[in-house]
Amino acid sequence: MNPARHVHNKQRFPFHILVFLAPAVIIYTLFMTYPLVDSLRLSLYTSDQYGNETFIGLDNYRKLMTDPLWEPRLKGAILNNIEFFAIHMFVQNPIGLLLAALLSSPFIRGRAIYRTLIFTPTVLSVVLIGFIWSIILSPLWGISGDFLTSIGLEQYAKKPWLGLESTALPTLSLVSVWQWVGIPMMLFLAALIAIPDELIEAARVDGATAWGVFWRIKFPLILPTVGIVGVLTFVGNFNAFDLIYTTQKVNAGPNFSTDILGTFFYRTFFGQQLQPGNPTMGATIAGVMFLIILAGVLLYMFGWQRRVAQVEL
Amino acid sequence: MRKFAALLVILALVVAFAPTVSQTQAQGKVKLVIESWRNDDTVLWEDVIIPAFNAHYPDIEVTFVAPPPAEYNAALNAKLEGGTAGDLITCRPFDLSLDLFNKGYLLSLNDLPGIEHFGDVARSAWITDDGSDVFCVPMASVIHGFMYNVDIFEELALEVPETEAEFFEALQTIKDAGYIPLAMGTHDLWEAATMGYQNIGPTYWKGEEGRLGLINGTVGYNEDGFLEAFKVLARWAPFLPDGYQATTYSDAQNLFTVLEEAAIYPTGSWEIGVFGLMNPDLNMSAFKPPVVNEGDTCYISDHVDIAMGVNAASPHKEEALKFLEWMTTQEFAQIYSDALPGFFSLSDHELTLENPVAQEFISWRGQCETTIRSSYQILSRGEPNNENDLWLYSAEVLNGTLSPEEAANKVQEGLANWYEPQMNR
Repeated sequence: MNPARHVHNKQRFPFHILVFLAPAVIIYTLFMTYPLVDSLRLSLYTSDQYGNETFIGLDNYRKLMTDPLWEPRLKGAILNNIEFFAIHMFVQNPIGLLLAALLSSPFIRGRAIYRTLIFTPTVLSVVLIGFIWSIILSPLWGISGDFLTSIGLEQYAKKPWLGLESTALPTLSLVSVWQWVGIPMMLFLAALIAIPDELIEAARVDGATAWGVFWRIKFPLILPTVGIVGVLTFVGNFNAFDLIYTTQKVNAGPNFSTDILGTFFYRTFFGQQLQPGNPTMGATIAGVMFLIILAGVLLYMFGWQRRVAQVEL
Repeated sequence: MRKFAALLVILALVVAFAPTVSQTQAQGKVKLVIESWRNDDTVLWEDVIIPAFNAHYPDIEVTFVAPPPAEYNAALNAKLEGGTAGDLITCRPFDLSLDLFNKGYLLSLNDLPGIEHFGDVARSAWITDDGSDVFCVPMASVIHGFMYNVDIFEELALEVPETEAEFFEALQTIKDAGYIPLAMGTHDLWEAATMGYQNIGPTYWKGEEGRLGLINGTVGYNEDGFLEAFKVLARWAPFLPDGYQATTYSDAQNLFTVLEEAAIYPTGSWEIGVFGLMNPDLNMSAFKPPVVNEGDTCYISDHVDIAMGVNAASPHKEEALKFLEWMTTQEFAQIYSDALPGFFSLSDHELTLENPVAQEFISWRGQCETTIRSSYQILSRGEPNNENDLWLYSAEVLNGTLSPEEAANKVQEGLANWYEPQMNR
């Protein structure tokens, strides 16, 4: 290599890199980074009845975590959110994987139809889903009652699923699972289809059963996708808000049993009925949500993504 | 390629100038936007009230905008902060509007011609604590009571209950006959407090006497009438529809009106107009909250509910004030009361009401002592908010997850947490 040319190269600033980065950097800074940073800033302030802001450091966070009024709501919201996430993680994702495994099998007819039908709810508005399901589950005229009666479960026919503290959150979680199961299914399906047939044929020749092929060949190869689905579920669930808000309204009843971080944030930030909104405490809750999601994503990046072997196929 | 670029430039110019063109066309007309939570009233505003205003001021165009009621406060606050709110702001009573005025979002209306038609009680909900500034023109109050299905009452040969004992007897008779006695659910929480607790409560805490007692700290939610009201409310539970824990406000409305499966609907007068639309054939009337013993003084909640103010940031303040001035006239009071039966004007103009059910409600003003909801003045200023606590714990009393005593104690604890006069009780 000619040393003179090398120096020349170093002197020239690579403007094309700036040009390529600019759209993403500008849009992200303007619409994501700046609002996020400003929201975190707001959480360090308090405002009086005239809207004047004063800096108070981490006092809002201390109040949120220790004050007898705020602490139980925060704890309740986090625990409910964990339950909401757990139901998605351990119901939605296994079902998604099962559906993907079935749909990737060449022996099932009408795969495209099933795929489309299962995926359809994910493109519908959550407001619509919430409305439809609250009518289906209505103890007064919901069809869930007729269905349960027809399969011999009369004692549950008039149960107010969305009105009892014990059942409201699991019910809503399952409604959400019903809506979103298409996403993990598609991701798993894409990963499964990408596995070369030679690997599977080779295993078959060696005498592996379908069960063996799935768990010893296919599943290890889609582990990176399992991780991605997991972290998407985590982020989506800890940001969730709309379904609970649509069906249970802003108070996330009964007795806050369906209150998750998103509804807790909304109620605090925007206020409700006679309670004026409290933007600084709202921003504090948003800060806690950000920290929880950040921790989860970091755990995924360092605990999973870097350890799982990525196999080039 | 060049042609394409030229086309793009022309398109861009057209798009850029389009708004200016339409603006010049509309010159001479000022557009006012009303922000409201009464989306049930949209048609009435558009078809009746605004045309009546335009008969006097043809150059002022008025639009009525109403998001779903539960989102109103949040949406309005966000719009005011962002500077995109309408010119006329519908005011919730007491602190929510006071808060807006203190933040400088509402104009003071002390000098508005016609404001003198509103007495102290009417103004009380939209005035600063020291009484120096009125910031909304009072529009209407709503009265609580019970609506009933006259046909079902006749079928079962029921008399309108006057006392608590007769009330529960009637509920039992209705239940035995296979109808739903009380159309109400606890899913949306607020009905339990507003149509339940605040409806029957004044009878037990003696209206203003009890309400002012709470404010002065001479009585608490966990004693006397306030506790008694929770105890009576708890007795409603067996008479609510099956699965009432998941029954929403609109479910209950439908049970009473469209399906006519329920005999009694605990309510406020604001439903009269809505119910007339939902089922014009429904033969309904109303009775006031029953008293404990025959001959006792009756108490009703005649709650100042709705008013209108001017957005201080409006570019058309002059026109907006003209609209408010018109709202203080006899003409508006009559049109509004007839168009929205169940919203009773707070002005001093003499009115006769067309709607018989509305006339029934307003007739109680002459027979009973009146008061407003206990939690609205001052007591919902702190955290936890007294009104929200009442929603939550009234619903839990009906759900059976809290006893009346436990609920009363929780409401009292919440109030004593921040309200000085209640702290040492």
